[in-house]
Amino acid sequence: MINAVGRDIPEEVLKATGKKVFEGAYAYDNYEYTKAAPTVHAVCDPKRSKLVENIHEALVKCGIKDGMTISFHHHFREGDYIVNMVMEEIHNMGIKGITICASSLGKAHDPIVPMIEDGTIVGIQSSGVRGKIGEAISTGKLRDLAIMRSHGGRVRAIESGEVHIDIAFIGAPTCDEYGNMKANGGKSDCGVLSYAVVDAEYADKVVAITDCLVPFPNVPASISMVHVDYVCVVDAIGNPAKIATGAAKPTTDVRKIMMADYCTQFVINTPYFKEGFSYQTGVGGASIASTISLGKIMEERGIHMGLGLGGITTPMCNLLAKGLIRTLVDTQDFDMGAIESIKTNPNHIEITASEYANPFNKGAYVNKLDFVILASLEVDTNFNCNVVVGSDGMITGAQGGHPDTAAGAKCTIVIAPLLQGRIPAICSNVTTVTTPGETVDVVITDYGIAINPRRQDLIECMKDVKLPFKTIEELRDMAYAMVGEPDPVQFGDRVVGIIEARDGTIIDVVREIKEYEFKD
Amino acid sequence: MEVKKAAMAGTLESSDAQVTVEPGNGTIELSIESSVIHQFGKQIKATILETLGRLDVTSAKVKVVDKGALDCTLKARVECAVYRSNDITENLPWGGVIK
Repeated sequence: MINAVGRDIPEEVLKATGKKVFEGAYAYDNYEYTKAAPTVHAVCDPKRSKLVENIHEALVKCGIKDGMTISFHHHFREGDYIVNMVMEEIHNMGIKGITICASSLGKAHDPIVPMIEDGTIVGIQSSGVRGKIGEAISTGKLRDLAIMRSHGGRVRAIESGEVHIDIAFIGAPTCDEYGNMKANGGKSDCGVLSYAVVDAEYADKVVAITDCLVPFPNVPASISMVHVDYVCVVDAIGNPAKIATGAAKPTTDVRKIMMADYCTQFVINTPYFKEGFSYQTGVGGASIASTISLGKIMEERGIHMGLGLGGITTPMCNLLAKGLIRTLVDTQDFDMGAIESIKTNPNHIEITASEYANPFNKGAYVNKLDFVILASLEVDTNFNCNVVVGSDGMITGAQGGHPDTAAGAKCTIVIAPLLQGRIPAICSNVTTVTTPGETVDVVITDYGIAINPRRQDLIECMKDVKLPFKTIEELRDMAYAMVGEPDPVQFGDRVVGIIEARDGTIIDVVREIKEYEFKD
Repeated sequence: MEVKKAAMAGTLESSDAQVTVEPGNGTIELSIESSVIHQFGKQIKATILETLGRLDVTSAKVKVVDKGALDCTLKARVECAVYRSNDITENLPWGGVIK
C-alpha cells in the first residue's frame, strides 16, 4: 500500500505488525488513546534491600526468561558498557528470544552481534544502529523486523503499549541503595538521563546499574526510587573518555563554514529571528559553525534566544553563559562542556524524552521550536530526508530527534554538502524515507539553497536576500552532472526493518541488502 | 595498444581508484570493487571498458579498486596503467589526444 510519502509498504508487513501506513506528519493530532501500565511489585517492607550482588542476581530476581523485552538508554553513547554487560550475562544464562528496546545503539555494541546470530537476540527496536549491528540487520541475520523509531516515537510506543518492556536496565552515574539516580557526580557522568525516564515509568522491572553508590537520598534525582526494583553496583558503567569527548574544535573546512554562513544568513532573514526565539541544532561541523556565527549576530543586535533545545554541545552552553540564551533545555549531552554546564548553570535544565519530543503527549518542546538545524545523508526532490540507511543500502544511522524536531519547528533547515565523495546528497529518491518532506523547509548545500515550494511565505521573505537560491531539482541536476545519476540499490525482497513515523505508522521499510550484480 | 606487462596506477584514497592491468589471453577480464558499486557499478564498468576501447586494448586482465572516483579520474587511471605497461612514462598524450 502506497503511503503519504509515496513508499509502497508491503501488505504482509502491515499484517505482521498490525501497523498502518504513514498518512502525513500531523494526521494523528487529537488522537485519543489509553496509556499502558506496567505490572509492578510493591516494596512496603522497610527491611527489604534493593541491592543485588551482580547482574546475574538482578536477572534472576527480575525473572528473566526467553522471549522478554529489555531496554537500555544511550546517554553513555560510544562509551557504554551496560548493554554488553547485561547481554553477556543473559547469553551465559542461555536465555533466547530477547528483544532489545534501546533509545539507541552504536558501534560500542558490536559485541552483541554473535547473540543475534545464535538467537539470543531476535528483535531490535532503536532510534538506529551503527557498525556491525547495522550490517547484521541489513544482511538479514535478525529474526524479527527491526524497528527504527525517533526519540519521541519511542516514548509514544512505550506509553501507548505498542512495546511493553519487561525489564529496564538503567545505567546511572550515581545512585543510592534505594534507586534514586542522577546523571552527574560520579565517575561516568553523562549530564542527563532523559531517555531512560519512560523506561523507568513503564517497565515491569527496573534495575539501576551504577559504578558510584552514594548515600541516601541522592536528590534531586533524575529518576526516582519509586520506579526502581533493584540496584546493582558494578566496577564501571562506561568509559568516560568515550561518553563525552572534549568540545569539537570549530571546523576549518571552508565548505562547512560557507554552508554555516548561508544558514545564519537565512535564519536572520526570517520573521522568526526575533527576541525570545527558540532554536535547536545538531553536532555536525556545519551545525556547530552556524551556532557560533549566529551567536555573533545575536550579540551585535541584542537578540536573545528564549529557548535552546536538544542534544547540547559546548557552543550552545557558551551562548547560555554569555546570557544570550534564557533557558537551555537538555535531553542529551555531546561533550564535556555540556555536562559541566548542566552541573553548574541553573538555567540549563534536564527534561524527559517525552517532554522533548513525544507526539502523543499533550505538547512537547519540539512543538515550540522556531528553528531546527539538521543534517541528512540524503534529501530528495520532495524534501524527504534519509538519516538511517546509507546510500549503499546498509543501515548505518539513527533517526534521533530528526523527524520530531522537523515536525515541530516552524523553520526546519537541513544542511548537507551536495556531494559526499561520489554520492550525491540531493537525489531524485532517497534510499529510505525517515523524515517526511512536508516537514522540511529549507535545504542548504555548498552549491546553493533550496526552499520547499510548500513554504511560499519563506520564498517571499527571501526574495531580496542575496543567497544562492536554487530549486531542489537544480541542486540535484548539478550533483548528477558531476557524478552521474546513481542507480537504485539492488535490494533483496525480504523486509528486515521498518522505519516508524513518530505516530507509529510505517513511513518506509528497509530491505535485505543483496550482493551487487552487473546486469549486462 | 597491447598490455605488455603488469602495471598499476592510482591509489586507495577516497575519491580515487587503483587500476591494475596485466597481459591477457585475448579478451578483457575485468574485476571491479567499489565503495559505490550499488549506485555507480554500471557507470564504472562502462567507463573502464570505453577507455580500454579508445586505447584499443583488446586483451588484458584489469582490476579496479574504486573508492568513489569520478569518471574523469577512472579514465586517467586506466590510461596511465596501460601506458605504464608499455613503459611510456613521459610525454603522455593527456588532455584528449586519445578520443
